[in-house]
Amino acid sequence: MASPLIQLNGIERTFHMGEIDVHVLKGITLTINQGELVALVGSSGSGKTTLMNILGCLDRPSKGEYRLDGEEISRLSNDGRALVRNRKMGFVFQNFNLLPRTSALEQVIMPLSYTASGMSDRQARERGKELLRKVGLGERMDHTPSQLSGGQQQRVAIARALVNRPPVLFADEPTGNLDSKTTQEVLKMFQDLNRDEGITIILVTHDPVVAATAKRNIRLKDGLLESDFIVESPSLPQEAHA
Amino acid sequence: MTVSTILKTALRALRRNITRSLLTVLGIVIGIAAVIAMMEIGKGSSSSISKTISSMGANNLMIMPGTASSGGVSFGAGSSLTMTAEDAEAIKRDCPAVGRVAPVVRARTQVVFEERNWVPSFIYGSTPEYLQVREWGNLVEGEMFTDVDVRTSARLCVVGQTIVKQLFGGMSPVGKEIRIQSVAFKVIGVLSSKGANAFGMDQDDVILAPWTTIKYRVTGSSGSGAAAGGNAAASSTTNSVYPGASAIFPVPAANKEPTPVRFANIDQIQASATSPAQIKEAIKQITEVLRERHRLRPGEPDDFSIRDMTESANALASTTNMMTNLLLAVALISLIVGGVGIMNIMLVSVTERTREIGLRMAVGARARDILTQFLTEATILCLIGGIVGLLLGRGSAMLVEKFLRWPVEASMEAVIASIATSAVVGIVFGFYPAWKASRLDPIEALRYE
Repeated sequence: MASPLIQLNGIERTFHMGEIDVHVLKGITLTINQGELVALVGSSGSGKTTLMNILGCLDRPSKGEYRLDGEEISRLSNDGRALVRNRKMGFVFQNFNLLPRTSALEQVIMPLSYTASGMSDRQARERGKELLRKVGLGERMDHTPSQLSGGQQQRVAIARALVNRPPVLFADEPTGNLDSKTTQEVLKMFQDLNRDEGITIILVTHDPVVAATAKRNIRLKDGLLESDFIVESPSLPQEAHA
Repeated sequence: MTVSTILKTALRALRRNITRSLLTVLGIVIGIAAVIAMMEIGKGSSSSISKTISSMGANNLMIMPGTASSGGVSFGAGSSLTMTAEDAEAIKRDCPAVGRVAPVVRARTQVVFEERNWVPSFIYGSTPEYLQVREWGNLVEGEMFTDVDVRTSARLCVVGQTIVKQLFGGMSPVGKEIRIQSVAFKVIGVLSSKGANAFGMDQDDVILAPWTTIKYRVTGSSGSGAAAGGNAAASSTTNSVYPGASAIFPVPAANKEPTPVRFANIDQIQASATSPAQIKEAIKQITEVLRERHRLRPGEPDDFSIRDMTESANALASTTNMMTNLLLAVALISLIVGGVGIMNIMLVSVTERTREIGLRMAVGARARDILTQFLTEATILCLIGGIVGLLLGRGSAMLVEKFLRWPVEASMEAVIASIATSAVVGIVFGFYPAWKASRLDPIEALRYE
């Protein structure tokens, strides 16, 4: 098995709603190795989105340790976490979150402008084109979101998430706004990326069919781990919807 | 982020909502355009006012001989006989703050042309430079006498508009002969009209002739008129107004010490400072030169007095100041209005683009990247507004000049100031929205609907 990429140890998260403290995560300990394709499942209110935010470095745990690549990152400053997000993580959202009236290519290379990589403008565009070709949008680089279908928009978002070659990709209900056919396409793409490039992918979903395409399922309930099991033979997206 | 990426990102964001960007900019455009146009028109009128006032003599200096007194009886300003034409030349030579200098000999007497006669307010003997001292402009007809004519005491003169009317009945006087106290003068030129001076005296009621001619042929019946001769007849003005009064004037200098023999005394020297601001300096330099030439010991009082047109100079300064302050107030108000517009739209824009901000933060933008981006957008908007406003302002000032024929003057300071203020407005009024954007929580921003 590959080395551990993500190590959570006793992660708790409490929100202060006025007088009341709401304990959303009550102590999560888990390890995710490099190259895994994990589905984070649970009913709504189970805390999976909160856990996702902590994993994605968008939020800080109230308690506990979070090691990414062996580095403790739960106590980093805002700027430090921004850097981690930029270099090590890619995000795919349910509602795509593309910039309006901006071409697909510009969307994809946008994260590079926050990277102190010294990449020239031309190199950045080359990288963007390469990724768009990879997600099958080589012909639509100049299209704006309104000229793209939902599936195409999500593929642009995936290309954007990959532009900095992150070791881990977070997808929050990536198929929530897609029809069954494009859902298959997107899930297939995740499986391919995981298999061919070894990118660790963490999917948040409430859909058991989507979860069944992952290699490992982590189920949350009321802020605690309910189950964590390896899927013996992850279904291919086509079969899932057959 | 590099500067070029920041600029590119900001421009792209502004282009995404081009109509709104343009409308936002409009406030600044109008503000700056108004400022520029007002400044140019204001500066134009203020310099034309300044020209008018200086043609009334704002930077003129009048140097009068000092007061003579005898046995405790003072004879009033200008009664001393110590000032000479050489003094005028020395002032011109040695005083850098003085632009033009002309010696003046005055007379007041009857002038006759054929069967008409007239007593002009001013019969001045001077040099050709007198016209420049008084900023009299060109002659409407004929020409001015020359320095050579001054040296040879030529009997030539130029006349003012009032003389043309009174003595010649409106017909051209050039080439005609007039007699001033039975001396025949040939009229060779006609002065342009200057109107009344600040004291209501008709400045066109004038005859100008070489000072030597007036001195020796008209007023100075004694010929050389040397003060050393003890002949007081040279005090020309009083002499001609009150004929026969000369006897009461003793030779004042003779009472003090041996007076050096002077070529000829003159009644006054008129000079102009190089600019109104130089008047004080010019007075100082003239005082030094004249004290030196008149061999006055330290502590001895001046034997001359210098008068300037302080009143008109002050009027000029206060007019200009008031104009500038007024424009400044207008500028400030219009820029504040424009700035509030920018702030308003930037706040709307931040709210509207909350998800974008969240996304940018999620992919690695730091708070300061977001701050920079929005601040840059606001500043670019203001700068564009400033530049467009500048062109518009210049354009409308030019139109005003062309169609209304108002004097207009381009001002580099106004250009620099308006560009700088529009940038400052962008930064000041763009800061709060940008700061607000940078404080957003990425999780909430991403979920914002």
